[in-house]
Amino acid sequence: MNKPSDLKGLVLDPVTNDQRYIGNSEPRHSARRLLEGQGTYIDDIQLPRMGHVVFWRSPVAHMKIGKIHTEHASKMPGVLAVVDGVQMAKICKPWVATLGHLAGMKSAPQHALAIDRACWQGEPVVAVVAETRAQAEDALQHVDVEWEELPAVISMESALDPKTPLIHPELGDNLCFTRSLDVGNVDEAFATADVVAEATFGFGRHTGVTLEPRCQIADYNPGERRLTVYHSQQAPHMMQDLYCRQFGLSESDVHVICKDVGGSFGIKVHAYPDDFATVGLSMMLERPVKFVADRLESFTSDIHAREHRIKGRIAANKAGDILAFEINDLTGIGPYSMFPRTSAIEGNQVVNLVGGPYKHQNYRAHLDVVFQNKTPTCQYRGVGHPIACAVTEGLVDLAAQKLQMDPLEFRKRNVIPDDAYPCSGISGIKLEVLSHEQCLRTIEKMMDYPALRKEQAELRKKGIYRGIGFATLIELTNPSPAFYGVGGARIASQDGASVRLDPSGVVSVLVGVGEQGQGTEGIYAQIAADAVGVSINQVRLVTGDTDVTPYGGGTWASRGAGVGGEAVLLACQALHENILKLAGAILNRPVTELSIHRSHVLDKATGEQLLPFSEIGRIGYFRTDTLPAGFSADLMVTRHYTQKDYPFIFTNGVQASYVEVDPDTGFVKLLKHWAVEDCGRVINPMLVDEQVRGAIVQGIGGVLFEECLYDESGLLRNGSMADYLVPMANEMPDIEVAHVETPTQSSKLGAKGAGEAGTAGAPGAVQNAINDALAPFNATVFDQPITCEKILRALKKI
Amino acid sequence: MSLKKKVSMTVNGVTVNAEIEPRRHLVDFLREDLHLKGPHLGCEQGACGACTVKVDGQIIRGCLFLTVQADGSVVETVEGLTKSGALADLQESFMRHNAMQCGFCSSGMLLAAAELIEKQPKASREEVREWISGNYCRCTGYHAIVDAIVDVLEARAKGQKIKPVVAHA
Ligand code: FES
Ligand code: FES
Repeated sequence: MNKPSDLKGLVLDPVTNDQRYIGNSEPRHSARRLLEGQGTYIDDIQLPRMGHVVFWRSPVAHMKIGKIHTEHASKMPGVLAVVDGVQMAKICKPWVATLGHLAGMKSAPQHALAIDRACWQGEPVVAVVAETRAQAEDALQHVDVEWEELPAVISMESALDPKTPLIHPELGDNLCFTRSLDVGNVDEAFATADVVAEATFGFGRHTGVTLEPRCQIADYNPGERRLTVYHSQQAPHMMQDLYCRQFGLSESDVHVICKDVGGSFGIKVHAYPDDFATVGLSMMLERPVKFVADRLESFTSDIHAREHRIKGRIAANKAGDILAFEINDLTGIGPYSMFPRTSAIEGNQVVNLVGGPYKHQNYRAHLDVVFQNKTPTCQYRGVGHPIACAVTEGLVDLAAQKLQMDPLEFRKRNVIPDDAYPCSGISGIKLEVLSHEQCLRTIEKMMDYPALRKEQAELRKKGIYRGIGFATLIELTNPSPAFYGVGGARIASQDGASVRLDPSGVVSVLVGVGEQGQGTEGIYAQIAADAVGVSINQVRLVTGDTDVTPYGGGTWASRGAGVGGEAVLLACQALHENILKLAGAILNRPVTELSIHRSHVLDKATGEQLLPFSEIGRIGYFRTDTLPAGFSADLMVTRHYTQKDYPFIFTNGVQASYVEVDPDTGFVKLLKHWAVEDCGRVINPMLVDEQVRGAIVQGIGGVLFEECLYDESGLLRNGSMADYLVPMANEMPDIEVAHVETPTQSSKLGAKGAGEAGTAGAPGAVQNAINDALAPFNATVFDQPITCEKILRALKKI
Repeated sequence: MSLKKKVSMTVNGVTVNAEIEPRRHLVDFLREDLHLKGPHLGCEQGACGACTVKVDGQIIRGCLFLTVQADGSVVETVEGLTKSGALADLQESFMRHNAMQCGFCSSGMLLAAAELIEKQPKASREEVREWISGNYCRCTGYHAIVDAIVDVLEARAKGQKIKPVVAHA
């Protein structure tokens, strides 16, 4: 098989004059401390007088809260406070998570601690704070809540039946949001098509399982009247804004600090009731309070995602052209839309993305987002993409099969050609520039497709059933203000970077986007080193501190490289110019005669070194008296960047999976996985590779293992790491990654996002590979996770 | 719960005497009483491996092990093993391959890998995958971790060390 390295694409023009780091697999030097056990995650921080909070959470899916008895618990050793929803509501306002641009969307007011009713198993009701975690847990046993079980809405299928009880009667029904789209002439396309294929796709709820659970420390200082929150979070400025609004503080009174974050994946980009409760408790007690979810709490209170049932069909003609797609998506989101990003976005993305890679002209979609008494769902890595991709690609394979066309050939024929951009997708999405054709060519070569098909055919004769599955995908990244800003959510789409030449010549870079392990700080250091003109060990990064960094949106929708990286580039280029200006003033020479090379100002013509950066720093800070009157040595600059050219910058890619299915046991063995990814300019191939692989493995989790299982009464049946299966090293295949680089023209850097496409494509690729393996038996499975049992059922063996 | 027990052990080369509740888990003792930040808590039920530490030369799950069980023992965490240089090759190799992202699993992963290298110096790629299957990594996709460990195994087999990763100037 070919190695991706043999398949080098075009080499992009450099971004800077002496580009040494951008585009190279530079190790993340700042990560060394993580390998030495010297990271600082929230639970590593201990503050003086710090209390620990644990929550009494609803034990059932839906209940009426009666009298709460706290006398006993309050007297337990070390207990500092026992607080219920009524007390909490005196200082923390309720919230309603809707977005203005999702027309007709509704949700009910939600409180930090439930009042009157709790609407899912795990909703926090009573908080217990004690001097130690163990004392708080001991006291929790003595909190006595009188409650009465209420009828619960569990199945999304019946959520809209008139007989089904209403979760929030004031809303009138259990419908959160609905959307319909009808473009082209779908009925005619289906009526005149040579082949029509249809299937119903199921997607199990799953959750992120960040290895470090959600956690925070709220520290309200009554002397300063200032709140500091140490938070394992992706969007510090968003949390600063929410805390100030929910508690009636001003922005300058709230300081959010994110140190090391032990995995996030979208789980840690939302504002949870227990976040607000912890802050409220710190304000009430005027001392620091730490909350660390234990694993059971994580499973019942971290957001879930992806519970969908989609009926889909596709129309094609004999020539092999896709004519139309139609889908009907039903999704359940729990009892409240999640704050502040809302739970309707996932389904909305499915509508936007189905059929997205293809050039068909007829599309109809209907979406119903319904409430249920289960853990709230919201954006988790890939948001809607894995669902849209698995549905689209599942249907594409069915059509290819009916036409007896090779699935890769069928895709090649139908993808939007690489020279057709910019253009609009049929759902109305704006596509700047994509590379489907090149990606398909690359993967074909990389996996040596003809050889693999031959191997598959030969093994089939011996009773070994292997399958090859493809998934072509598009992913939206680098979001513009059209995503949240226009809907009224105060989530910044712009991001900023401040960069400073320190007196010694070191470059300090402060960025609004932080680090959760993706290597964000690493790529910013690469960009800064190249753009200012220093070596990478002369660059220091500061992120995750709202008092210090420029205002920004943080990490979501794959915006770290494309938006944050561009801000760093712009700031560093401005600093580069300022250094030259200062050198001109010091040397009394026109700036046009000077240049910068590796921490020195040079004579542009001769290359002679004139001034080291340390000298620029010394004069710029300590001897400004020697500079011309009125000259200001601005050795710190800030630049912001918003992507405004498109609502999002779309990326694309293709994945292929090779599996073996045992028809006797239904067991699936993953043999190999390939991914070709086009994330525009690749700043660090090594980091992107493992991002892609990590994302693929999370996608594989969704298609084969992961599911939050509930019983009929709405109780989670597998709320532990022993029962909820996530992929482990042993079951995972080797994953080969190749890159196609089509830079976006919306920025100088040209980078698009890379964090989520892996998760978006893997479920579709693996699902198709399994169905390819099952083809000789005329069996298909479109219900994820695809378990052994479902395969055996499809084979009619059980 | 005021019943306390006296324990004494060597942690990363230093003798530690303490009075602790018998129910206190070793990882809580290391983290909260000794302020060691290397071992992490991912599940507290023995499933994830983030809390892996060494007791008398064996790796154990710190969340399933009571501190009183470690009385009289030699306890080592990633901090101590970093200082002694026992993990140096693996740490360099993990750096080189970007075999960590958030780093939360890394201390446990490194300790598990170190034991593999000691016990199965000829392990194949598949055996490496199997061995580290007691440790969750939610970020990396495992591929780079396997690459990193295989490199150390190969270097060891040739009697070589992994070259330190340095920033190129
Ligand atoms: S915390 Fe001990 S195994 Fe997970
Ligand atoms: S690097 Fe995050 S869990 Fe392994």
